[in-house]
Amino acid sequence: MAGAAPGGASRSEIYRGNGPRLMLPIWVFIGIFLVMPVVMMAVHSFLTKEFRGGVIWEFTFAAYDQFFFDRGLFGDEPPKIEWTYIGIFWRSIWQAGLATVFSLLIGFPTAWFIATRKPNVRPGWLFLITIPYWVNLLIRTVSMKFLIRDTGPLNEFLLWSGVISEPLSLVNTNFAVQLGLFYSYLPFMVLPVYAAVERYDFSLSEAAADLYSDNWTTLRLVILPVVKPGIVAGCILVFVPSLGAFLAPDLLGGAKTFMIGSLIEEQFKGAAGNWPFGAAAAMILLAIVLGVLLLHAHAQTRVER
Amino acid sequence: MNRTDIAIDIDRVVNRYDSVTALHDVSMDIREGEFFTLLGPSGCGKTTLLRCIAGFEDVTEGAIRLRGEDIAPLPPHKRPVNTVFQQYALFPHMTVLENVCFGLRRRGWTEMDAEGRAREVLDLVRLGDFAKRRPTQLSGGQQQRVALARSLAPNPEVLLLDEPLSALDLKLRQAVRVELKQIQRETGIAFVFVTHDQEEALTMSDRIAVMSEGYVQQIGTPRDIYEAPQNRFVADFIGETNLLDVEVSAVSGGMPDLTLPGGMALRCPAADSARAGRGHLSVRPERISVAAAAEDTLPATVVDHVYLGTDIHLHAKLSDGEPILVRIQNAESSAIPATGSMLGLRIEAGAARLLVD
Ligand SMILES: Nc1ncnc2c1ncn2[C@@H]1O[C@H](COP(=O)(O)OP(=O)(O)O)[C@@H](O)[C@H]1O
Ligand SMILES: [Mg+2]
Repeated sequence: MAGAAPGGASRSEIYRGNGPRLMLPIWVFIGIFLVMPVVMMAVHSFLTKEFRGGVIWEFTFAAYDQFFFDRGLFGDEPPKIEWTYIGIFWRSIWQAGLATVFSLLIGFPTAWFIATRKPNVRPGWLFLITIPYWVNLLIRTVSMKFLIRDTGPLNEFLLWSGVISEPLSLVNTNFAVQLGLFYSYLPFMVLPVYAAVERYDFSLSEAAADLYSDNWTTLRLVILPVVKPGIVAGCILVFVPSLGAFLAPDLLGGAKTFMIGSLIEEQFKGAAGNWPFGAAAAMILLAIVLGVLLLHAHAQTRVER
Repeated sequence: MNRTDIAIDIDRVVNRYDSVTALHDVSMDIREGEFFTLLGPSGCGKTTLLRCIAGFEDVTEGAIRLRGEDIAPLPPHKRPVNTVFQQYALFPHMTVLENVCFGLRRRGWTEMDAEGRAREVLDLVRLGDFAKRRPTQLSGGQQQRVALARSLAPNPEVLLLDEPLSALDLKLRQAVRVELKQIQRETGIAFVFVTHDQEEALTMSDRIAVMSEGYVQQIGTPRDIYEAPQNRFVADFIGETNLLDVEVSAVSGGMPDLTLPGGMALRCPAADSARAGRGHLSVRPERISVAAAAEDTLPATVVDHVYLGTDIHLHAKLSDGEPILVRIQNAESSAIPATGSMLGLRIEAGAARLLVD
């Protein structure tokens, strides 16, 4: 590409030359606060468990063995798979996926609505979306529990209006967990989708209609493909934290809806904990998340080409 | 009213946004197979009228009939007309071929048939080799031709084009004019072409509708519009003209008798609705000839001249101080009158035209 000013470094060359130095602070930050914890986690997952928490510095696969197998690979009898933890992971993936779908179903129309208002009122709507997030997540989740419990306002209203004759027990159900996850992460869906829809050129919809496409076909063949990057970003931003969430499952779901986050949290809490096992579970979670992101990156490069 | 050669009949259409009236009582017929141009300055309602035909804008009053049938109840996707949008609006996530196939597939063509037809149209606009590219990998002129191919492919009954050349640079624009006109003739589809460029309108159109502030000012062939403008707006907007204040003493047989500022009398053609009183005389600069001052000429003083190569523009002043522009051919024999010298201007009877305001 041409563009370099003759007889001197071009602007972009100057920036590029300074690049490595300018990047130094962020590399230090990432090194200390991102890479180190992950490395520590990885190391811990291969250490031996100490009773009452903590580890003994002795290398072992015990944590992973415990996660995947009832009777291990290294015993005399044939190995037998342990389904408990895989089941918890599977349920978590399922719950997080469901929460992502709900967030998309509600978040897309919301984002669409905001992005199609007059430009001067859009910031106001976005501001309203963020208001609940000024309150701490723990407090929001607890209030959600108060709201939906048997004697809470929701049930009382339904009883009063005669829609139901007995209170619905919503707490400690998958529904409650879904509600909690959805409520926690909805803005992470709305904001990137909003950003994509806001940039969407509505004359494309007119062109589609002009070429004999009804509204649904236009949505399917033009709008969704064009705003897809925003939708994918929103889905990742909801799915990933939902997968590791422990507040909503803990407070709203109870024992029945135990998820990965709670499983890991428990391993590092009090005497019953098992640090290497918790670390191993965290590493497996990390592997799943990385898998999802790589899949996305792969799909993305295929589209670019 | 039942002429079979009328493709679109626009019948007293009014369009109102909240408080703005964009179209006032607009009526025109667009004939089968003709190159029809909507010409007017920016903001005069050209885009609005086109969008009313395509169905993106509601007609507040009046009707638009396509081959005799009122299309008001049809949503845009059911109207058999296609649009070339001003900014092209190509689908960025599709290849050129997929863009051109889009309309065909929606009309129920099989993938194979659609692709065959799309390649045919891409060849017509000379983009056959670009089928697999994405719109972002094309130049402005190529994108413009993709947009044209995409809207031609389904063989619409009428093609609407909203300033399709305005995003191109001058050289390219002139080449595309010829090409577009050729494609229109080959396909035989009626084009409704929007532009604010009078030269574009004059060179390409079969007929032109001149619009201003939501009103139709005049409809006619390029020649009608240029040589027989109906009012001051049209005369002024199309080409260069001199508008002189005149006194009309009488109108007889469609020809008024009038008196020019210097006292010279003239009898000339007039707009249909001309009558006695004050009026404006339109005289094209190239239709005035220069002579020595004499009884039967219009006296003027030379103020300045501009050398244009093929022509010379003389800026002169009439006896009442009114400026007048004269365009003389740059022939070997023609001496340029000196600034300050007195001239006699001669206006041939057929070269001037009395206008109503
Ligand atoms: N969405 C709109 N809301 C209000 N007024 C509009 C809108 N679009 C156009 N107008 C007005 O309608 C008139 C005609 O506009 P338009 O058809 O775009 O003109 P043109 O295409 O000839 O430049 C203008 O006065 C413009 O201000
Ligand atoms: Mg316009």
